[in-house]
Amino acid sequence: MGATFAQKVLAKKSGKPSVQPGEIVTARPDHLLTHDNTAAIISKIGGELEKYGLDNSETPVIVIDHVVPASNEKTATNHKRIREFVAARGIKHFFDAGEGICHQVLISKGLALPGSLIVGSDSHTCTYGAVGAFATGIDRTEAASIMLTGKTWFKVPHSLKIELKGSLAKPVSAKDLVLTLIGDIGASGANYLSVEFHGDTAGLTMEDRITIANLGVEMGAKNAVFPVDEVTEEFLKQAGAPAGWEALWADPDASYVKTLAYDLSKIVPVVAKPHTVDNVAPVTELEGTEINQFLIGTCTNGRLGDLKVAAEVLRGKRVHPSARLLVLPASRDIMLEAMKDGSIEALVEAGAIMLPPGCGPCLGAHQGALAPEEKCLSTANRNFKGRMGCVEAEIYLASPATVAASAIAGRIVDPR
Amino acid sequence: MRVWKYGSDINTDMLFPGKYTYTCSTPEEILPHLLEDLDPSFAKEAGAGDVIMAESNFGCGSSREQPTVGLKALGIKAVIAKSYARIFYRSAINQGLMLIECPEAVDAFKDGSTVDVDPEGGLVKVDGKDYAFPKLPPEIIAIRQAGGLLDHVRAELQKRGTR
Repeated sequence: MGATFAQKVLAKKSGKPSVQPGEIVTARPDHLLTHDNTAAIISKIGGELEKYGLDNSETPVIVIDHVVPASNEKTATNHKRIREFVAARGIKHFFDAGEGICHQVLISKGLALPGSLIVGSDSHTCTYGAVGAFATGIDRTEAASIMLTGKTWFKVPHSLKIELKGSLAKPVSAKDLVLTLIGDIGASGANYLSVEFHGDTAGLTMEDRITIANLGVEMGAKNAVFPVDEVTEEFLKQAGAPAGWEALWADPDASYVKTLAYDLSKIVPVVAKPHTVDNVAPVTELEGTEINQFLIGTCTNGRLGDLKVAAEVLRGKRVHPSARLLVLPASRDIMLEAMKDGSIEALVEAGAIMLPPGCGPCLGAHQGALAPEEKCLSTANRNFKGRMGCVEAEIYLASPATVAASAIAGRIVDPR
Repeated sequence: MRVWKYGSDINTDMLFPGKYTYTCSTPEEILPHLLEDLDPSFAKEAGAGDVIMAESNFGCGSSREQPTVGLKALGIKAVIAKSYARIFYRSAINQGLMLIECPEAVDAFKDGSTVDVDPEGGLVKVDGKDYAFPKLPPEIIAIRQAGGLLDHVRAELQKRGTR
Protein backbone atom coordinates (compact mmCIF):
# COMPACT_ATOMS: atom_id res chain seq x y z
CA MET A 1 0.00 0.00 0.00
CA GLY A 2 1.37 3.40 -1.01
CA ALA A 3 1.49 6.52 1.12
CA THR A 4 -0.66 9.65 0.96
CA PHE A 5 0.81 13.15 0.81
CA ALA A 6 0.19 13.60 4.55
CA GLN A 7 1.93 10.31 5.37
CA LYS A 8 4.95 11.25 3.26
CA VAL A 9 5.44 14.72 4.76
CA LEU A 10 4.89 13.61 8.35
CA ALA A 11 7.20 10.60 7.93
CA LYS A 12 9.95 12.77 6.47
CA LYS A 13 9.56 15.50 9.09
CA SER A 14 9.49 13.07 12.01
CA GLY A 15 12.47 11.12 10.71
CA LYS A 16 10.59 7.86 10.20
CA PRO A 17 10.64 5.58 7.14
CA SER A 18 6.83 5.52 7.09
CA VAL A 19 3.85 6.50 9.23
CA GLN A 20 0.25 5.29 9.37
CA PRO A 21 -3.00 7.27 9.80
CA GLY A 22 -3.82 7.61 13.49
CA GLU A 23 -0.16 7.47 14.54
CA ILE A 24 1.14 10.36 16.65
CA VAL A 25 4.50 11.80 15.62
CA THR A 26 6.67 14.67 16.80
CA ALA A 27 8.08 17.00 14.16
CA ARG A 28 9.80 20.35 13.77
CA PRO A 29 7.73 22.69 11.58
CA ASP A 30 9.70 24.60 8.92
CA HIS A 31 7.72 27.74 9.74
CA LEU A 32 5.45 28.97 12.51
CA LEU A 33 3.11 31.76 11.43
CA THR A 34 1.70 34.19 13.98
CA HIS A 35 0.06 37.59 13.42
CA ASP A 36 -1.41 40.25 15.70
CA ASN A 37 -1.92 37.45 18.21
CA THR A 38 1.88 37.30 18.63
CA ALA A 39 1.43 39.86 21.44
CA ALA A 40 -0.81 37.49 23.39
CA ILE A 41 1.44 34.53 22.55
CA ILE A 42 4.66 36.05 23.88
CA SER A 43 2.92 37.38 26.98
CA LYS A 44 2.25 33.74 27.95
CA ILE A 45 5.92 32.83 27.95
CA GLY A 46 7.80 35.96 29.01
CA GLY A 47 9.63 34.20 31.86
CA GLU A 48 10.51 31.14 29.78
CA LEU A 49 11.83 33.29 26.93
CA GLU A 50 14.10 35.08 29.39
CA LYS A 51 15.35 31.84 30.89
CA TYR A 52 15.53 29.48 27.92
CA GLY A 53 15.38 31.80 24.91
CA LEU A 54 13.63 31.33 21.62
CA ASP A 55 14.20 27.93 20.01
CA ASN A 56 15.36 29.75 16.87
CA SER A 57 14.76 33.05 15.09
CA GLU A 58 14.24 31.70 11.56
CA THR A 59 11.16 29.51 12.02
CA PRO A 60 8.72 32.23 13.14
CA VAL A 61 7.02 34.32 10.46
CA ILE A 62 5.27 37.28 12.06
CA VAL A 63 2.84 39.48 10.13
CA ILE A 64 0.81 42.34 11.60
CA ASP A 65 -2.40 42.21 9.58
CA HIS A 66 -5.58 41.67 11.58
CA VAL A 67 -6.16 45.18 12.94
CA VAL A 68 -4.13 47.52 10.71
CA PRO A 69 -3.43 50.29 11.20
CA ALA A 70 -4.13 50.00 14.93
CA SER A 71 -7.69 50.92 15.88
CA ASN A 72 -7.07 52.00 19.47
CA GLU A 73 -4.52 52.15 22.26
CA LYS A 74 -4.83 48.47 23.08
CA THR A 75 -4.17 47.19 19.55
CA ALA A 76 -1.46 49.83 19.05
CA THR A 77 0.24 48.56 22.21
CA ASN A 78 0.00 44.99 20.95
CA HIS A 79 1.70 46.01 17.71
CA LYS A 80 4.40 47.86 19.64
CA ARG A 81 5.09 44.79 21.80
CA ILE A 82 5.40 42.66 18.69
CA ARG A 83 7.92 45.07 17.10
CA GLU A 84 9.96 45.11 20.31
CA PHE A 85 9.93 41.31 20.48
CA VAL A 86 11.00 41.04 16.83
CA ALA A 87 13.92 43.41 17.43
CA ALA A 88 15.00 41.85 20.73
CA ARG A 89 14.91 38.27 19.40
CA GLY A 90 16.21 38.97 15.90
CA ILE A 91 13.18 37.46 14.18
CA LYS A 92 14.21 36.97 10.56
CA HIS A 93 10.79 37.03 8.89
CA PHE A 94 8.78 40.01 10.09
CA PHE A 95 6.22 41.98 8.08
CA ASP A 96 4.77 45.09 9.65
CA ALA A 97 1.29 46.59 9.23
CA GLY A 98 0.53 47.46 5.62
CA GLU A 99 2.54 44.63 4.07
CA GLY A 100 -0.57 42.49 3.71
CA ILE A 101 -2.55 39.54 5.01
CA CYS A 102 -0.31 36.93 6.63
CA HIS A 103 -1.20 34.08 4.25
CA GLN A 104 -0.69 36.17 1.14
CA VAL A 105 2.58 37.59 2.48
CA LEU A 106 4.03 34.25 3.58
CA ILE A 107 3.24 32.55 0.28
CA SER A 108 4.21 35.47 -1.99
CA LYS A 109 7.55 35.98 -0.22
CA GLY A 110 8.51 32.41 -1.09
CA LEU A 111 8.42 31.16 2.51
CA ALA A 112 5.99 28.31 1.82
CA LEU A 113 7.83 25.54 -0.01
CA PRO A 114 6.63 22.27 -1.51
CA GLY A 115 6.94 19.38 0.92
CA SER A 116 7.46 21.70 3.87
CA LEU A 117 5.59 21.58 7.18
CA ILE A 118 4.01 24.87 8.29
CA VAL A 119 1.83 25.59 11.31
CA GLY A 120 0.18 28.87 12.19
CA SER A 121 -2.00 30.33 14.92
CA ASP A 122 -4.63 31.09 12.32
CA SER A 123 -7.16 28.63 10.96
CA HIS A 124 -6.53 29.60 7.31
CA THR A 125 -2.91 28.44 7.53
CA CYS A 126 -4.10 25.56 5.32
CA THR A 127 -3.71 28.05 2.41
CA TYR A 128 -0.10 26.95 1.75
CA GLY A 129 -1.29 23.61 0.41
CA ALA A 130 -1.62 25.62 -2.82
CA VAL A 131 2.15 25.23 -3.31
CA GLY A 132 2.32 21.66 -2.04
CA ALA A 133 3.11 22.37 1.62
CA PHE A 134 1.54 20.53 4.55
CA ALA A 135 0.05 23.46 6.44
CA THR A 136 -2.39 23.54 9.32
CA GLY A 137 -3.79 25.79 12.05
CA ILE A 138 -3.06 25.64 15.77
CA ASP A 139 -3.98 27.83 18.75
CA ARG A 140 -1.94 30.58 20.45
CA THR A 141 -0.82 28.33 23.30
CA GLU A 142 0.68 25.82 20.91
CA ALA A 143 2.40 28.62 18.98
CA ALA A 144 3.95 29.76 22.27
CA SER A 145 5.11 26.22 22.96
CA ILE A 146 6.72 25.94 19.50
CA MET A 147 8.54 29.24 19.98
CA LEU A 148 10.19 27.64 23.02
CA THR A 149 10.77 24.10 21.76
CA GLY A 150 10.66 24.27 17.96
CA LYS A 151 8.51 21.14 17.81
CA THR A 152 5.00 19.81 18.23
CA TRP A 153 2.93 16.64 17.82
CA PHE A 154 0.84 15.61 14.83
CA LYS A 155 -1.73 12.89 14.46
CA VAL A 156 -1.26 11.47 10.97
CA PRO A 157 -4.60 12.14 9.24
CA HIS A 158 -6.59 9.95 6.92
CA SER A 159 -7.02 11.50 3.48
CA LEU A 160 -9.81 12.54 1.14
CA LYS A 161 -9.15 12.53 -2.59
CA ILE A 162 -10.87 15.01 -4.88
CA GLU A 163 -10.56 14.29 -8.61
CA LEU A 164 -11.01 17.34 -10.82
CA LYS A 165 -11.90 17.04 -14.50
CA GLY A 166 -12.13 19.71 -17.22
CA SER A 167 -12.01 23.45 -16.69
CA LEU A 168 -14.14 26.22 -15.20
CA ALA A 169 -16.33 28.23 -17.60
CA LYS A 170 -15.67 31.92 -16.86
CA PRO A 171 -16.96 33.88 -15.01
CA VAL A 172 -17.34 30.77 -12.84
CA SER A 173 -14.33 30.75 -10.52
CA ALA A 174 -12.35 28.70 -8.05
CA LYS A 175 -14.49 30.22 -5.28
CA ASP A 176 -17.63 28.74 -6.86
CA LEU A 177 -15.91 25.36 -7.08
CA VAL A 178 -14.78 25.25 -3.46
CA LEU A 179 -18.09 26.59 -2.10
CA THR A 180 -19.90 23.92 -4.14
CA LEU A 181 -17.62 21.30 -2.62
CA ILE A 182 -18.24 22.56 0.93
CA GLY A 183 -21.98 22.65 0.26
CA ASP A 184 -21.85 19.03 -0.86
CA ILE A 185 -19.78 17.53 1.96
CA GLY A 186 -20.72 19.94 4.75
CA ALA A 187 -18.79 22.04 7.25
CA SER A 188 -17.50 18.89 8.94
CA GLY A 189 -17.27 16.78 5.77
CA ALA A 190 -13.48 16.67 5.86
CA ASN A 191 -13.01 16.82 9.65
CA TYR A 192 -9.49 15.75 10.68
CA LEU A 193 -8.74 14.81 7.04
CA SER A 194 -5.96 15.77 4.65
CA VAL A 195 -7.66 16.83 1.40
CA GLU A 196 -5.74 16.11 -1.81
CA PHE A 197 -6.71 17.59 -5.17
CA HIS A 198 -5.96 15.32 -8.13
CA GLY A 199 -6.70 15.23 -11.85
CA ASP A 200 -6.91 18.36 -14.01
CA THR A 201 -5.27 20.70 -11.53
CA ALA A 202 -2.85 22.12 -14.11
CA GLY A 203 -5.54 24.40 -15.53
CA LEU A 204 -6.00 26.12 -12.18
CA THR A 205 -3.88 29.23 -11.65
CA MET A 206 -1.89 29.67 -8.44
CA GLU A 207 -4.50 32.23 -7.35
CA ASP A 208 -7.24 29.61 -7.90
CA ARG A 209 -5.32 27.05 -5.86
CA ILE A 210 -4.77 29.53 -3.03
CA THR A 211 -8.50 30.29 -2.88
CA ILE A 212 -9.39 26.59 -2.80
CA ALA A 213 -6.76 25.53 -0.24
CA ASN A 214 -7.68 28.54 1.92
CA LEU A 215 -11.22 27.23 2.32
CA GLY A 216 -10.08 23.73 3.30
CA VAL A 217 -10.70 24.51 6.97
CA GLU A 218 -14.30 25.44 6.18
CA MET A 219 -14.94 21.77 5.39
CA GLY A 220 -13.08 20.79 8.58
CA ALA A 221 -9.88 19.71 6.83
CA LYS A 222 -6.54 19.53 8.63
CA ASN A 223 -4.86 20.60 5.39
CA ALA A 224 -5.72 20.85 1.69
CA VAL A 225 -3.06 20.35 -0.96
CA PHE A 226 -2.32 20.54 -4.68
CA PRO A 227 0.41 18.65 -6.55
CA VAL A 228 3.48 20.64 -7.56
CA ASP A 229 3.71 21.41 -11.29
CA GLU A 230 5.08 24.06 -13.66
CA VAL A 231 2.59 26.63 -12.35
CA THR A 232 4.00 26.08 -8.85
CA GLU A 233 7.59 26.23 -10.02
CA GLU A 234 7.02 29.48 -11.91
CA PHE A 235 5.21 30.99 -8.91
CA LEU A 236 8.05 30.05 -6.54
CA LYS A 237 10.61 31.50 -8.93
CA GLN A 238 8.72 34.81 -9.06
CA ALA A 239 8.40 34.75 -5.27
CA GLY A 240 12.17 34.40 -4.89
CA ALA A 241 11.85 31.09 -3.04
CA PRO A 242 15.13 29.39 -2.17
CA ALA A 243 16.09 26.34 -4.23
CA GLY A 244 16.54 22.88 -2.76
CA TRP A 245 12.98 21.95 -1.88
CA GLU A 246 11.63 18.49 -2.53
CA ALA A 247 8.09 18.10 -3.82
CA LEU A 248 6.15 15.26 -2.21
CA TRP A 249 2.99 13.67 -3.56
CA ALA A 250 0.79 10.67 -2.88
CA ASP A 251 1.60 7.28 -4.39
CA PRO A 252 -0.92 6.06 -7.00
CA ASP A 253 -1.94 3.21 -4.69
CA ALA A 254 -2.35 5.33 -1.57
CA SER A 255 -5.44 4.70 0.55
CA TYR A 256 -8.30 7.22 0.95
CA VAL A 257 -11.36 7.28 3.18
CA LYS A 258 -13.29 8.63 0.22
CA THR A 259 -12.83 9.83 -3.36
CA LEU A 260 -15.02 12.54 -4.87
CA ALA A 261 -15.08 13.61 -8.52
CA TYR A 262 -15.96 17.03 -9.91
CA ASP A 263 -16.49 18.06 -13.52
CA LEU A 264 -15.33 21.68 -13.48
CA SER A 265 -17.34 22.57 -16.60
CA LYS A 266 -20.55 21.83 -14.65
CA ILE A 267 -19.82 24.23 -11.78
CA VAL A 268 -22.12 27.30 -11.67
CA PRO A 269 -21.88 30.55 -9.67
CA VAL A 270 -22.99 29.89 -6.09
CA VAL A 271 -23.56 31.79 -2.87
CA ALA A 272 -23.09 30.59 0.74
CA LYS A 273 -26.11 31.87 2.64
CA PRO A 274 -26.13 32.89 6.31
CA HIS A 275 -24.94 31.60 8.77
CA THR A 276 -22.78 28.64 7.71
CA VAL A 277 -20.34 28.21 4.83
CA ASP A 278 -21.97 24.92 3.78
CA ASN A 279 -25.37 26.60 3.28
CA VAL A 280 -24.71 26.85 -0.45
CA ALA A 281 -27.19 27.59 -3.25
CA PRO A 282 -26.86 28.51 -6.95
CA VAL A 283 -26.78 32.30 -7.34
CA THR A 284 -29.95 32.05 -9.45
CA GLU A 285 -31.91 31.07 -6.32
CA LEU A 286 -30.85 34.24 -4.53
CA GLU A 287 -31.18 36.79 -7.30
CA GLY A 288 -32.89 39.92 -6.06
CA THR A 289 -31.67 39.70 -2.43
CA GLU A 290 -30.98 43.33 -1.49
CA ILE A 291 -27.49 43.98 -0.13
CA ASN A 292 -26.21 46.94 1.92
CA GLN A 293 -22.48 46.27 1.85
CA PHE A 294 -20.25 44.51 -0.65
CA LEU A 295 -16.74 43.39 0.20
CA ILE A 296 -13.97 42.28 -2.17
CA GLY A 297 -10.75 41.15 -0.53
CA THR A 298 -9.46 38.93 2.34
CA CYS A 299 -7.04 35.99 2.24
CA THR A 300 -9.62 34.11 0.16
CA ASN A 301 -10.16 36.55 -2.70
CA GLY A 302 -8.01 39.67 -2.40
CA ARG A 303 -5.47 38.86 -5.09
CA LEU A 304 -4.67 40.70 -8.32
CA GLY A 305 -6.85 38.42 -10.47
CA ASP A 306 -9.77 39.02 -8.10
CA LEU A 307 -9.38 42.80 -8.26
CA LYS A 308 -9.01 42.66 -12.05
CA VAL A 309 -12.21 40.64 -12.45
CA ALA A 310 -14.05 43.13 -10.23
CA ALA A 311 -12.59 46.12 -12.10
CA GLU A 312 -13.61 44.69 -15.47
CA VAL A 313 -17.19 44.38 -14.26
CA LEU A 314 -17.31 47.79 -12.55
CA ARG A 315 -15.31 49.88 -15.05
CA GLY A 316 -17.42 52.79 -16.23
CA LYS A 317 -20.31 51.76 -13.95
CA ARG A 318 -21.36 52.83 -10.45
CA VAL A 319 -21.91 50.97 -7.22
CA HIS A 320 -25.64 51.12 -6.49
CA PRO A 321 -26.47 54.28 -4.48
CA SER A 322 -28.17 52.30 -1.71
CA ALA A 323 -25.04 50.21 -1.10
CA ARG A 324 -21.33 50.56 -0.35
CA LEU A 325 -18.42 48.55 -1.75
CA LEU A 326 -15.29 47.92 0.32
CA VAL A 327 -12.12 46.72 -1.40
CA LEU A 328 -9.08 45.45 0.50
CA PRO A 329 -6.18 44.07 -1.52
CA ALA A 330 -4.52 41.08 0.14
CA SER A 331 -1.09 42.75 0.12
CA ARG A 332 0.79 45.95 -0.64
CA ASP A 333 2.37 44.31 -3.71
CA ILE A 334 -1.06 43.41 -5.05
CA MET A 335 -2.33 46.92 -4.31
CA LEU A 336 0.58 48.39 -6.26
CA GLU A 337 0.02 46.09 -9.21
CA ALA A 338 -3.68 46.89 -9.22
CA MET A 339 -2.83 50.60 -9.18
CA LYS A 340 -0.46 50.19 -12.12
CA ASP A 341 -2.90 48.20 -14.24
CA GLY A 342 -5.77 50.60 -13.59
CA SER A 343 -7.94 48.17 -11.61
CA ILE A 344 -7.97 50.29 -8.48
CA GLU A 345 -8.70 53.44 -10.49
CA ALA A 346 -11.71 51.73 -12.05
CA LEU A 347 -12.95 50.46 -8.68
CA VAL A 348 -12.58 53.82 -6.95
CA GLU A 349 -14.23 55.62 -9.88
CA ALA A 350 -17.12 53.19 -9.53
CA GLY A 351 -17.49 54.25 -5.90
CA ALA A 352 -15.43 51.66 -4.00
CA ILE A 353 -13.99 52.50 -0.58
CA MET A 354 -10.35 51.33 -0.51
CA LEU A 355 -9.15 49.84 2.78
CA PRO A 356 -5.52 49.06 3.64
CA PRO A 357 -4.27 45.52 2.94
CA GLY A 358 -5.34 43.45 5.94
CA CYS A 359 -8.08 41.34 7.53
CA GLY A 360 -10.17 43.79 9.63
CA PRO A 361 -13.78 43.65 8.38
CA CYS A 362 -13.72 39.89 7.69
CA LEU A 363 -13.82 39.09 11.40
CA GLY A 364 -15.46 42.26 12.65
CA ALA A 365 -12.20 43.33 14.24
CA HIS A 366 -11.63 46.59 12.37
CA GLN A 367 -13.59 48.76 9.90
CA GLY A 368 -16.54 47.84 7.71
CA ALA A 369 -18.79 46.61 10.53
CA LEU A 370 -22.46 45.92 9.85
CA ALA A 371 -25.60 47.28 11.52
CA PRO A 372 -28.58 45.19 12.67
CA GLU A 373 -30.65 43.83 9.76
CA GLU A 374 -27.98 44.77 7.22
CA LYS A 375 -26.81 42.28 4.61
CA CYS A 376 -23.31 41.92 3.25
CA LEU A 377 -22.20 40.03 0.13
CA SER A 378 -18.52 39.24 0.59
CA THR A 379 -15.68 37.35 -1.06
CA ALA A 380 -14.45 36.27 2.41
CA ASN A 381 -14.41 32.78 3.87
CA ARG A 382 -16.89 32.94 6.76
CA ASN A 383 -20.50 34.02 7.10
CA PHE A 384 -20.96 33.08 10.75
CA LYS A 385 -23.47 34.94 12.86
CA GLY A 386 -21.85 38.04 14.34
CA ARG A 387 -18.72 37.58 12.25
CA MET A 388 -18.71 41.15 10.91
CA GLY A 389 -19.35 42.74 14.28
CA CYS A 390 -23.15 42.48 14.48
CA VAL A 391 -25.11 39.41 15.51
CA GLU A 392 -28.28 40.67 13.82
CA ALA A 393 -26.63 41.15 10.41
CA GLU A 394 -26.42 38.62 7.59
CA ILE A 395 -23.36 37.66 5.51
CA TYR A 396 -23.46 35.97 2.11
CA LEU A 397 -20.31 34.62 0.45
CA ALA A 398 -19.57 34.56 -3.27
CA SER A 399 -16.89 35.03 -5.93
CA PRO A 400 -15.41 38.42 -6.88
CA ALA A 401 -17.33 38.33 -10.19
CA THR A 402 -20.65 37.79 -8.40
CA VAL A 403 -19.92 40.46 -5.77
CA ALA A 404 -18.87 43.03 -8.40
CA ALA A 405 -21.90 42.44 -10.65
CA SER A 406 -24.20 42.53 -7.64
CA ALA A 407 -22.63 45.77 -6.35
CA ILE A 408 -23.89 47.58 -9.47
CA ALA A 409 -27.41 46.22 -9.00
CA GLY A 410 -27.49 46.68 -5.21
CA ARG A 411 -28.81 43.14 -4.98
CA ILE A 412 -27.54 39.64 -5.74
CA VAL A 413 -27.32 38.96 -9.47
CA ASP A 414 -25.90 36.20 -11.64
CA PRO A 415 -22.53 37.38 -13.03
CA ARG A 416 -23.01 35.44 -16.27
CA MET B 1 -24.37 21.45 38.25
CA ARG B 2 -26.10 22.64 35.11
CA VAL B 3 -26.02 21.16 31.60
CA TRP B 4 -25.93 23.64 28.73
CA LYS B 5 -27.20 22.00 25.54
CA TYR B 6 -26.41 23.37 22.07
CA GLY B 7 -26.75 22.25 18.45
CA SER B 8 -24.44 21.41 15.52
CA ASP B 9 -21.64 23.46 13.94
CA ILE B 10 -21.24 25.79 16.92
CA ASN B 11 -18.36 27.94 15.63
CA THR B 12 -15.77 29.86 17.61
CA ASP B 13 -17.32 33.21 16.58
CA MET B 14 -20.43 32.13 18.52
CA LEU B 15 -18.28 30.96 21.43
CA PHE B 16 -16.30 34.20 21.46
CA PRO B 17 -17.01 37.08 19.01
CA GLY B 18 -14.21 38.00 16.61
CA LYS B 19 -14.54 41.69 17.42
CA TYR B 20 -12.94 41.06 20.83
CA THR B 21 -10.11 38.75 19.74
CA TYR B 22 -7.38 41.39 19.76
CA THR B 23 -8.52 43.24 22.86
CA CYS B 24 -9.41 40.33 25.20
CA SER B 25 -6.87 37.60 25.98
CA THR B 26 -6.88 36.97 29.74
CA PRO B 27 -9.58 34.90 31.49
CA GLU B 28 -10.90 38.06 33.22
CA GLU B 29 -11.32 39.77 29.84
CA ILE B 30 -12.75 36.68 28.15
CA LEU B 31 -15.36 35.49 30.67
CA PRO B 32 -17.94 38.33 30.24
CA HIS B 33 -18.14 37.59 26.48
CA LEU B 34 -18.04 33.80 26.54
CA LEU B 35 -20.76 32.37 24.24
CA GLU B 36 -22.10 35.93 23.83
CA ASP B 37 -23.61 35.49 20.36
CA LEU B 38 -24.85 31.95 21.09
CA ASP B 39 -26.46 32.25 24.52
CA PRO B 40 -26.23 35.56 26.40
CA SER B 41 -27.35 33.88 29.65
CA PHE B 42 -24.28 31.62 29.70
CA ALA B 43 -21.76 34.25 30.83
CA LYS B 44 -24.09 35.38 33.61
CA GLU B 45 -25.23 32.02 34.94
CA ALA B 46 -22.71 29.29 34.07
CA GLY B 47 -20.33 28.18 36.79
CA ALA B 48 -17.71 25.69 37.89
CA GLY B 49 -18.73 22.06 37.49
CA ASP B 50 -21.23 22.76 34.69
CA VAL B 51 -21.23 20.64 31.54
CA ILE B 52 -21.74 21.66 27.91
CA MET B 53 -23.44 19.20 25.60
CA ALA B 54 -23.56 19.69 21.85
CA GLU B 55 -24.25 17.93 18.59
CA SER B 56 -21.53 17.54 15.93
CA ASN B 57 -18.59 19.71 14.77
CA PHE B 58 -18.39 21.77 17.97
CA GLY B 59 -15.81 24.58 17.83
CA CYS B 60 -15.46 24.94 14.06
CA GLY B 61 -14.05 28.08 12.45
CA SER B 62 -11.33 30.37 13.72
CA SER B 63 -8.32 29.11 15.68
CA ARG B 64 -8.92 31.69 18.44
CA GLU B 65 -8.35 30.10 21.83
CA GLN B 66 -10.52 32.38 23.97
CA PRO B 67 -13.32 29.75 23.98
CA THR B 68 -11.12 26.97 25.42
CA VAL B 69 -9.25 29.35 27.75
CA GLY B 70 -12.56 30.78 28.96
CA LEU B 71 -14.32 27.45 29.48
CA LYS B 72 -11.31 26.11 31.39
CA ALA B 73 -11.08 29.25 33.56
CA LEU B 74 -14.79 29.05 34.32
CA GLY B 75 -14.30 25.50 35.60
CA ILE B 76 -16.48 23.73 33.02
CA LYS B 77 -16.20 20.07 33.99
CA ALA B 78 -16.43 18.75 30.43
CA VAL B 79 -17.74 19.43 26.96
CA ILE B 80 -19.56 16.41 25.58
CA ALA B 81 -20.30 16.41 21.84
CA LYS B 82 -20.79 14.03 18.95
CA SER B 83 -17.69 15.44 17.25
CA TYR B 84 -15.33 18.44 17.29
CA ALA B 85 -13.51 20.61 14.80
CA ARG B 86 -9.82 19.76 15.00
CA ILE B 87 -8.22 23.08 15.99
CA PHE B 88 -10.71 23.44 18.86
CA TYR B 89 -10.06 19.85 19.95
CA ARG B 90 -6.32 20.47 19.98
CA SER B 91 -6.76 23.77 21.77
CA ALA B 92 -8.80 22.08 24.52
CA ILE B 93 -5.94 19.62 25.07
CA ASN B 94 -3.54 22.56 25.23
CA GLN B 95 -5.67 24.25 27.92
CA GLY B 96 -6.30 21.05 29.86
CA LEU B 97 -10.03 21.32 29.14
CA MET B 98 -11.87 17.98 29.13
CA LEU B 99 -13.53 17.24 25.78
CA ILE B 100 -15.51 14.06 25.40
CA GLU B 101 -16.58 12.59 22.08
CA CYS B 102 -19.65 10.48 22.85
CA PRO B 103 -22.55 10.56 20.34
CA GLU B 104 -24.57 8.01 22.35
CA ALA B 105 -24.56 10.20 25.48
CA VAL B 106 -25.63 13.24 23.44
CA ASP B 107 -28.48 11.26 21.89
CA ALA B 108 -29.58 9.98 25.30
CA PHE B 109 -29.75 13.48 26.77
CA LYS B 110 -33.19 15.09 27.14
CA ASP B 111 -34.23 18.34 28.81
CA GLY B 112 -33.81 17.82 32.52
CA SER B 113 -31.54 14.76 32.23
CA THR B 114 -28.85 14.38 34.89
CA VAL B 115 -25.31 14.10 33.56
CA ASP B 116 -22.16 12.96 35.31
CA VAL B 117 -18.65 12.44 34.00
CA ASP B 118 -15.94 10.00 35.07
CA PRO B 119 -12.89 11.10 33.03
CA GLU B 120 -10.54 8.42 34.38
CA GLY B 121 -13.09 5.65 33.92
CA GLY B 122 -13.90 6.91 30.41
CA LEU B 123 -17.62 7.09 31.18
CA VAL B 124 -20.43 9.61 30.80
CA LYS B 125 -23.54 8.93 32.89
CA VAL B 126 -26.86 10.22 31.52
CA ASP B 127 -29.87 9.63 33.78
CA GLY B 128 -27.88 6.93 35.57
CA LYS B 129 -26.93 5.02 32.42
CA ASP B 130 -23.24 4.65 31.47
CA TYR B 131 -21.89 5.57 28.04
CA ALA B 132 -18.23 4.78 27.32
CA PHE B 133 -16.08 7.18 25.33
CA PRO B 134 -12.74 6.44 23.63
CA LYS B 135 -9.65 7.29 25.68
CA LEU B 136 -6.93 9.52 24.26
CA PRO B 137 -3.42 8.29 23.45
CA PRO B 138 -0.93 8.50 26.35
CA GLU B 139 1.04 11.35 24.70
CA ILE B 140 -2.08 13.50 24.81
CA ILE B 141 -3.20 12.48 28.28
CA ALA B 142 0.26 13.53 29.53
CA ILE B 143 -0.35 17.08 28.26
CA ARG B 144 -3.74 17.30 29.94
CA GLN B 145 -2.44 15.81 33.17
CA ALA B 146 0.35 18.38 33.29
CA GLY B 147 -2.42 21.00 33.39
CA GLY B 148 -2.06 21.95 29.72
CA LEU B 149 0.58 22.31 27.06
CA LEU B 150 2.58 25.18 28.57
CA ASP B 151 2.93 23.45 31.93
CA HIS B 152 3.96 20.32 30.06
CA VAL B 153 6.58 22.29 28.11
CA ARG B 154 7.82 24.07 31.25
CA ALA B 155 8.50 20.72 32.89
CA GLU B 156 10.37 19.57 29.78
CA LEU B 157 12.46 22.74 29.62
CA GLN B 158 13.26 22.53 33.31
CA LYS B 159 14.56 19.01 32.80
CA ARG B 160 16.65 20.15 29.84
CA GLY B 161 17.96 23.22 31.66
CA THR B 162 19.13 26.53 30.24
CA ARG B 163 21.33 26.59 27.18
